[in-house]
Amino acid sequence: MFRPIQKFLFNRSSSRGLIAIIIFLLFWEVCSRSGVWFGIPVPWIGKVPAPTAVVHAWIPMLSDSGYWTSWLLSIKRVYIGFIFAMVIGIPFGLLLAINRTAYGLIFPTFEVFRPIPPLAWVPVAIIFWPTNEMSIAFVTFLGAFYTIVINVLGGAQAIDQRFFQAARSMGSSQGDVFKRIVFPAVVPSIAVGASVGMGITWNVVIAAEMISGGGSDGGGKGGGLGFFIWDSYLNNSYDLIVVGMISIGIAGYLSSGLIRIIGDHFTKWTRR
Amino acid sequence: MEQRNNKNTPGEIVLSGVTKYYGIGESKKAVIEDCSLTIEAGKLSVMIGPSGCGKSSLIRLIAGFEKPSSGTITIDGKPIRGPGKDRLVVFQESALFPWMTTEENISFGPIARSEVNTESQNLAKFLIDKVGLSQFKKKFPNQLSGGMQRRCELARALINSPEVMILDEPFRGLDEMTKELMWEYYANLYEETRQTNFFVTTDIDEAVFLADRLIIMTNTPTKVAQIIEVDIPRPRKLSTLFESDQANEIKSRILKILHVEAMKSFKGGSKAAADFIEAASKRAVSNTV
Repeated sequence: MFRPIQKFLFNRSSSRGLIAIIIFLLFWEVCSRSGVWFGIPVPWIGKVPAPTAVVHAWIPMLSDSGYWTSWLLSIKRVYIGFIFAMVIGIPFGLLLAINRTAYGLIFPTFEVFRPIPPLAWVPVAIIFWPTNEMSIAFVTFLGAFYTIVINVLGGAQAIDQRFFQAARSMGSSQGDVFKRIVFPAVVPSIAVGASVGMGITWNVVIAAEMISGGGSDGGGKGGGLGFFIWDSYLNNSYDLIVVGMISIGIAGYLSSGLIRIIGDHFTKWTRR
Repeated sequence: MEQRNNKNTPGEIVLSGVTKYYGIGESKKAVIEDCSLTIEAGKLSVMIGPSGCGKSSLIRLIAGFEKPSSGTITIDGKPIRGPGKDRLVVFQESALFPWMTTEENISFGPIARSEVNTESQNLAKFLIDKVGLSQFKKKFPNQLSGGMQRRCELARALINSPEVMILDEPFRGLDEMTKELMWEYYANLYEETRQTNFFVTTDIDEAVFLADRLIIMTNTPTKVAQIIEVDIPRPRKLSTLFESDQANEIKSRILKILHVEAMKSFKGGSKAAADFIEAASKRAVSNTV
């Protein structure tokens, strides 16, 4: 049972990683505890709560329902936006790839909208959508949508022409070409788009929660992890800010891991 | 081995006056010009020509992926209107579908035409066995060796029982040993079926070993330079083939024609031709020593 742990600890690259993290934590601890070195204030890290203080503030949070509500709210917003982006983005990207008329009509407009950062949409979204919750979901959706569309489109355009020629020679209908050539060929690009998109979604949801004041369920510690950080800042609980930041890191890491596992499952053929 | 009567074998392809231009305006360029030739049914015709002369363009026209700018191409008297399973192409580097296993790749045609039944499933099994991939039927193409990929691709075409098999430098990029193995392998397949085969290559040894009929092409814009009937009896043995004067004589005739073509295009400013001329002159020296 301890074999995998043992293996992990004594593996060269993971032990290096662990050592680096420990050194970083020690450095952080020392810097924040001393604050001033030889009469000179330690830059930024000297003002940040020490890791021990963060852990100290974190422990009561683990039994605080508000903290976990924040997790759930942020996760919910991320996944709603992300799933909508996938469900709309994949067919949209495929349409642009296979239909020249659609490409000609839509792509220029798409390219004008794409450089607009999702956060620039926050005010419009708040005005436009009836609830704060929907505004946040919309902004989150935008974060992943463009990336997914661009990846699907690029993946479909890069399909080897000989695959189409071979399929047509052997009697494939258009529908069959789409089902057995275009779609499977695009799956790896979808996986890449999804994992990049998931990262962007987390960036966006946190900022959107800060700006919009935590959504309609907002207030207290129930407004999502972004609002959790903002609220802690307003209350001068600096150690909770760091708790919130690390929580986002963990949540994002788990989400990307999930996407990667799903992606790997559908792209077995790319591995040797 | 006795030659079978080829009269009933389908797949005679006739090109008459075929010209193909690429590009428009200033950059318009003829790649194939006034090319007329007959790919005889039930024979293995090998087309050889300088690399980049337009052989692959010719294949795209015969396969029906593109249309000639002028001239006509017919198969058994019917004009070619588009791609069809009567003429299947085995491509240069492998064009196996990377997301399908060996088995799925080979059964692609029957599934595409909704012709899956016990007969087609048995045929798939038979072909997988025949190309020696039964242990690899659940593997994806990138888990197969280069030689296995080519064999898989041959089987993927054969399952559709095409009237004509078109092979575009199918063994290019394989190492020398594998390539020679594939020649013997492919020659065996051909000798069993005696279907119409059209094989395109730049490799002279490959051409002499495989061909019933050699079609030597000129440089761009390409057309037929000469046709040589190769009546070396089958089955041929690669190990002894080039001990025969007949084979060597054909080989030197090919070299001569290709050399003349290379000289022409070298004068026209082709760098690829320079390599060929240098190689040919070296070979001439080593032959005389």
